[in-house]
Amino acid sequence: MEPVLCIERLSVGYAQRAANLEAVQQVSLAVAPGECLGIVGESGSGKTQVFMAAMGLLSRKASVSGSVRFAGSELLTAPPSSLNRVRGSKLTMIFQDPMTSLTPHLKIGVQLAEVLVRHAGMSWRDAWVQAGLMLERVQVPEHQRRLRQYPHELSGGMRQRVMIGMSLLCEPLLLIADEPTSALDATVQAQIIDLLRTVREGIGMALVLISHDFSVVAGLADKILVMYAGRVVECATAADLLSHPRHPYTAELLKCVPTLSGPRLQRLPTLAGQPPRPGEVSAGCAFAPRCPRAADRCRSERPPLADSADSQVACHFPLSS
Amino acid sequence: MSGLAGEAIRRFKENRAAVIALLAISVVVALALVGPWINPNDIETLDWRHLGSPPGAQGAHWFGTDRLGRDLFARTLAGTRVSLGIGLVASVMSLCVGVGYGAVSGYRGGRIDNVMMRIIEILSGLPLIFFVILLTVIFGRNENLLFISIGAVGWLTMARIVRGQAMSIRQREFIEAAVASGAGAGRIIVRHVIPNVIGPVIVYATLMVPQIILFESFLSFLGLGVQEPRASLGTLIAEGAGEMEAASWILLVPGGFLAILLLSLNIVGDGLRDALDVKES
Repeated sequence: MEPVLCIERLSVGYAQRAANLEAVQQVSLAVAPGECLGIVGESGSGKTQVFMAAMGLLSRKASVSGSVRFAGSELLTAPPSSLNRVRGSKLTMIFQDPMTSLTPHLKIGVQLAEVLVRHAGMSWRDAWVQAGLMLERVQVPEHQRRLRQYPHELSGGMRQRVMIGMSLLCEPLLLIADEPTSALDATVQAQIIDLLRTVREGIGMALVLISHDFSVVAGLADKILVMYAGRVVECATAADLLSHPRHPYTAELLKCVPTLSGPRLQRLPTLAGQPPRPGEVSAGCAFAPRCPRAADRCRSERPPLADSADSQVACHFPLSS
Repeated sequence: MSGLAGEAIRRFKENRAAVIALLAISVVVALALVGPWINPNDIETLDWRHLGSPPGAQGAHWFGTDRLGRDLFARTLAGTRVSLGIGLVASVMSLCVGVGYGAVSGYRGGRIDNVMMRIIEILSGLPLIFFVILLTVIFGRNENLLFISIGAVGWLTMARIVRGQAMSIRQREFIEAAVASGAGAGRIIVRHVIPNVIGPVIVYATLMVPQIILFESFLSFLGLGVQEPRASLGTLIAEGAGEMEAASWILLVPGGFLAILLLSLNIVGDGLRDALDVKES
């Protein structure tokens, strides 16, 4: 089946005085209709940059190359007017911080209804009714009253529900959720993940879930893609990747996830060292300095992302599955 | 009222000085507007029987007459109308042109911002007095020149203020969210940028009006503005300054009106700044 989002050899660079900082390097990925793709990586691994580039949200300073096709049409070269027809209707995005993603001086109902008025050509009256129904669907209590409230009158979890509701108004083909739960506390986090699962099943849209937290991704994703230093290091189905990681980085990351069963640890395991700073180029594998399995070859030759059966891994010495 | 505006109005009402000042402005404005109907005297008729008579002494002239026997109340109200008119022109210019210009410049940034700001710098580099004198030389003495020249430069500072605000608002996440929802640049500026700068804008507009009124008085005092027999607060004060020792009311009446207007506008401006200073959530 034709993928809904297809990113090919996407690179994002920032020109600095001396060098060109490569935030994203040659990333390719595809999201099938209705599929949930989890993107995992540390801060600065480029996971957000990939999708900001796809949405055309990067600053002018960024130089972007490669190709991003959404539902068959190229986004990177599209003029703003045609991009604006897609963004917010068929391709939507929600952000990490729901506290600041809503315009402070407009009522929730107006902000929701405006999306329908603009993208679906509804009248304000109809759009207002639809906005109320949507708030009910994303489980906002007292939804009729909330329509008339301002963003600062809602809690963080509630605002993220509103953002999710807003992104669903035009029945998108793909929702990009960039760390949707990172700014919320743990119980609300679980509710939001549940909500995303329910609404996704409801309208059969594809979902890209960006997170630094495996436990958030694990519950939702069909496929997981791991990024490190601007590159894809591993991509496999969620079940395979979680039970049999093949890239040492994935394996090390998974070891850091605290579990409830098993002996209680004195210290939580951590991954030693720091990820390379942007602009720090090495000929070999970017993870080599921190990798327990690194050999000389890893430091001199960069491993390509190799296909095997139904997974991809960029490692000279992958763990056997 | 739960809205943001309601909240601001409530805070403004709690500020007693600001409310009183607002009342004083309303009274002055009302007097200036209805003056010709409640006062039987006009601004240029000479009353030979009452030359330079003090206020209240003769029933016909409530605030007395000047040296030529013209009714001071009528002249002061006419002067107030001119001053308020100029204040109004300047604030309308700065609200319409200044806010729009600044918001576009700040939001678009980059080269557009660069060009737009250089234009502002060139305009504000013109010395205003020189500009007025030049216009007077070219077009002859005309009250409207005062409006034109003040209108032409009154919006520059506002544009700079709004630009600065727009630049910081552009970084906020709700703008990013709006872009991601498919809103175009024009829509974002009108719907998301301008409403969020409205607080400082209103405050600056109220504080600017007294400055402009003062500037008009200054020009008229120099003889560049409103000419006899028409009056503005500036010309009246200039005239009164000459008679200060013999007939102090000729200075004190227009001076008092100007002082009340300026003081009240400043207090209201401060009150608005406090009332509109919205702490986020």
